[in-house]
Amino acid sequence: MNREIAVVAFAQTDHRRTSEELSEVEMLMPVLHDVLGQTGLKTADIGFTCSGSSDYLAGRAFSFTLALDGVGAWPPISESHVEMDGAWALYEAWTKLLTGDADTALVYSYGKSSPGPLRDVLTRQLDPYYVAPLWPDSVALAALQAQALIDAGDTDEPALAAVAARSRADATANSHAQLRGPVPHGEYVVRPLRTGDCPPIGDGAAAVILAAGERARNLCARPAWIRGVDHRIEAHSLGVRDLTDSPSTRLAAEKAGAFERPVDTAELHAPFTSQEVVLRKALKLDDGVRVNPSGGALAANPVMAAGLIRIGEAAARVHRGESDRALAHATSGPCLQQNLVAVLEGDPR
Amino acid sequence: MSKEPVAVVGIGQTKHVAARRDVSIAGLVREAARRALDDAELTWADIDAVVIGKAPDFFEGVMMPELYLADALGAVGKPMLRVHTAGSVGGSTALVAANLVAASVHGTVLTLAFEKQSESNAMWGLSLPIPFQQPLLAGAGGFFAPHVRAYMRRSGAPDTVGSLVAYKDRRNALKNPYAHLHEHDITLEKVQASPMLWDPIRYSETCPSSDGACAMVLTDRAGAARAPRPPAWMLGGAMRSEPTLFAGKDAVSPQAGKDCAADVYRQAGIADPRRDIDAVEMYVPFSWYEPMWLENLGFAAEGEGWKLTEAGVTELDGDLPVNMSGGVLSTNPIGASGMIRFAEAALQVRGQAGEHQVERARKVLGHAYGGGSQFFSMWLVGSAPPDA
Amino acid sequence: MPEVLKAPLVVEFPFTRSLGPVQSAFLTGLRERLVLGVRTSDGRTLVPPVEYDPVTAEEIRDLVEVAPTGTVTTWAWNHAPRRDQPLDTPFAWALVRLDGADTALLHALDAPGPDAVHTGMRVRVRWAGERTGAITDIACFEPYDDGPDAPDGRGRAEPATHTGEFDDPVTGIVATARLDYTYSPGRAQTAYINALAEHRNVGERCPSCRKVYVPPRGACPTCGLATSEQVEVGPGGTVTTFCIVNIKAKNLDIEVPYVYAHIALDGAGLALHGRIGGIPYDQVRMGLRVEPVWTEGARYPDHYRPTGEPDADYDTYRELL
Repeated sequence: MNREIAVVAFAQTDHRRTSEELSEVEMLMPVLHDVLGQTGLKTADIGFTCSGSSDYLAGRAFSFTLALDGVGAWPPISESHVEMDGAWALYEAWTKLLTGDADTALVYSYGKSSPGPLRDVLTRQLDPYYVAPLWPDSVALAALQAQALIDAGDTDEPALAAVAARSRADATANSHAQLRGPVPHGEYVVRPLRTGDCPPIGDGAAAVILAAGERARNLCARPAWIRGVDHRIEAHSLGVRDLTDSPSTRLAAEKAGAFERPVDTAELHAPFTSQEVVLRKALKLDDGVRVNPSGGALAANPVMAAGLIRIGEAAARVHRGESDRALAHATSGPCLQQNLVAVLEGDPR
Repeated sequence: MSKEPVAVVGIGQTKHVAARRDVSIAGLVREAARRALDDAELTWADIDAVVIGKAPDFFEGVMMPELYLADALGAVGKPMLRVHTAGSVGGSTALVAANLVAASVHGTVLTLAFEKQSESNAMWGLSLPIPFQQPLLAGAGGFFAPHVRAYMRRSGAPDTVGSLVAYKDRRNALKNPYAHLHEHDITLEKVQASPMLWDPIRYSETCPSSDGACAMVLTDRAGAARAPRPPAWMLGGAMRSEPTLFAGKDAVSPQAGKDCAADVYRQAGIADPRRDIDAVEMYVPFSWYEPMWLENLGFAAEGEGWKLTEAGVTELDGDLPVNMSGGVLSTNPIGASGMIRFAEAALQVRGQAGEHQVERARKVLGHAYGGGSQFFSMWLVGSAPPDA
Repeated sequence: MPEVLKAPLVVEFPFTRSLGPVQSAFLTGLRERLVLGVRTSDGRTLVPPVEYDPVTAEEIRDLVEVAPTGTVTTWAWNHAPRRDQPLDTPFAWALVRLDGADTALLHALDAPGPDAVHTGMRVRVRWAGERTGAITDIACFEPYDDGPDAPDGRGRAEPATHTGEFDDPVTGIVATARLDYTYSPGRAQTAYINALAEHRNVGERCPSCRKVYVPPRGACPTCGLATSEQVEVGPGGTVTTFCIVNIKAKNLDIEVPYVYAHIALDGAGLALHGRIGGIPYDQVRMGLRVEPVWTEGARYPDHYRPTGEPDADYDTYRELL
């Protein structure tokens, strides 16, 4: 089926260490109003709504049901939810638009990492029999991957520090970012990763509007056309994977058509500096590609929204005319277990 | 531009029980998936993508368990999506999978939903001690019983209707080898003599807590042409949501349910559901929800649903059989319950329902709902493809 | 704006996990101080043994015994162990490929410091003193000097097959998991809860549809707009519907039977929930007029009791059902 679908609007919160003065819906609602306002659409005009979030971040079952209050789902709406990063909610919405059942979609996601001990919360994602009982935290797992990269000669600590510095320097232009400008590279958290190699922990939300064909052209001066989007998962256990590579990213990129022509921009969801090294290799990005001009997840990493934000940031650059062909990537699971790649293009100028 | 027709060519489920102590979580989902593949005579390599659903992660204490289950479901190197829409999730999951085929993104998709309730305790997962909130003043049934009373007040239904539903569903379950509750000595008198837990809901009118999984293989026209057994064709499918609690909400007959059904009927060309649909498998966690949903889904006028139940219309040999499998009242692995409804509808139109097969079941509705009666997902499947 | 409320939220449960045959054999083996792996159809040995081949998705069941010694394939130094991690003194996380295995197992490695750890180093299992059939029966790994480092080629001898059968096999584990959250209900609910302390029910009105939400949740759910205008409702209200609870709920200290009701406070756009007292349970009816009864120190009304007013007409509350 050949239907052109584009990202026509994107909004995000200012990401902060804590948003405790706001409930999830109070945090989310301004972002929803923002994307609707950009397009002039009302909830009732939207053909399909899809969101991504996690009960485990909130510490409450069915936490997404209250977030729905911010949408104004009345009269009732066609709506779905993934217990995944919002990037996958966007994927679900994209397939819905492809079927022709809807012409527009609202996609949102949010995550509050501040209420819980995030490093420990994420251990609950791991094999519940052999691994979760050891409580290996998310930084520890990323550190194992970083050491494997160092051992393989793919990077070293100064190179990782350079990724961190570049990301935070780029984030100075991003008013939503949580960590901006010079940030000390700091002490080891779990060696070889230092505080500077790790993402900030924080709360945030993001929303995107998708539209098909002519509808997209009417809603946005320069739509960010989704030329391809695909996602792939790998085996769960770290001990069976080559942690220095990301075959699922490469395969998703191939299926999304990323290698057909070079991209000028890449927004990579690499919460840890070392993961950017893996992704650059998997995606065959050379130095000519502008990587994470937003500052990436090292500048703001609201879990469950950070992947959708990559797509939103890439799309926004197309909207602004700063990119003609951009790649956006999202990840989920320990050490890049699951990866999504989208390719966005603007109409020729 | 037209949508690719979607066919169900494989269905598998586990024997649902209170606790599957012999398998891991992976072992449980694997069993259903394997049976669905066997039914379709396909291998793991034939599957292009996996779409999995379940209710809250706290039930098993595994956050986003699809990450750990990727290997067991043959998803390595493939796309894997995880849906969570509360109690309706089993149905929503199937619809998300169906969209992948309808959009021609993938040719053949495995979809699966599960719950291994015995890993924890459903009431624990549903009532975490959130500070400042008023504690729940009643158990699970207490949440639903006031709505049942409201329905009785509105419709004037006699208070025996709930027991008729329970008696029927438990007898239907005896014909379904996968059903959790097999009460061989069930009688109407026993149902009516069971303790009144949350008046007006009796013990025998409530659902059990089960370990179980359900899987389906969905495919396109080309896949259906290769299928070894008759496929079920999706004729319509929709999801609708409304807020949890709001001023003007009709908890007895939610607007989202009506709109969802209307959308499905429109897609499937159903003018009169009572006449055009042969059987219904609906999500009835407490027996009184059968007459309530009969009205909500347009099979009876408002206030009249109980008359169909009372007249025996919804019996297995009735004019509009409801919950041929024994329903949620007999089997309730929460995350899978919606998909079991969808799968039963497909089994019926494929003629594969065994002892609980309805004769001449050509169009059957599968229905799921969840949250505060706010999330609905439904599909209508038929024995003939949509353009036939 | 007043300070938002905050309180600890402990999410803790002893999950009961059944294992299935392969995991049962592995964990029982650990109890007996031996390490089992599983063979794939193409001859790889996976340790720890998984039930399904990550490459082919085949079910795999052929168990083999591998050595308790192995080689570090990657590591990370954890100078600040966290609660529930295997060691409470600084240690290395390590992926260890045991001799005879093709894949690596994640565990802790006890070493004097990061300078004593490197990829390729030889290690062996340190067994826990008390073993129950769990991954923690391996207390950790420890350095093991059996000659020069040999990242490849060592211990490649064919591992011996194992039946996986044991006396008194472990078929399940209890995995207690505790996470400590700090819960904050946000702005709107904080204001509501603070007013409750003065025995006032203060909701918020939607600027668009004008409905009053009690408790307020920060948004009008039908309009999707922020609410802010505060409106006191009640104290009286009408029972819209109810049930009689005959079964004692866990951790609720209320004598059964009692009535659990939906109560529409006067002026509210929807009903909230409460217990009805001060009247025999079998005399509660839809339309009953009630008012809250507060007890010292409680955040919410203990229950609602009849006001003695005539019952409300059905039409006055049918929209609130």
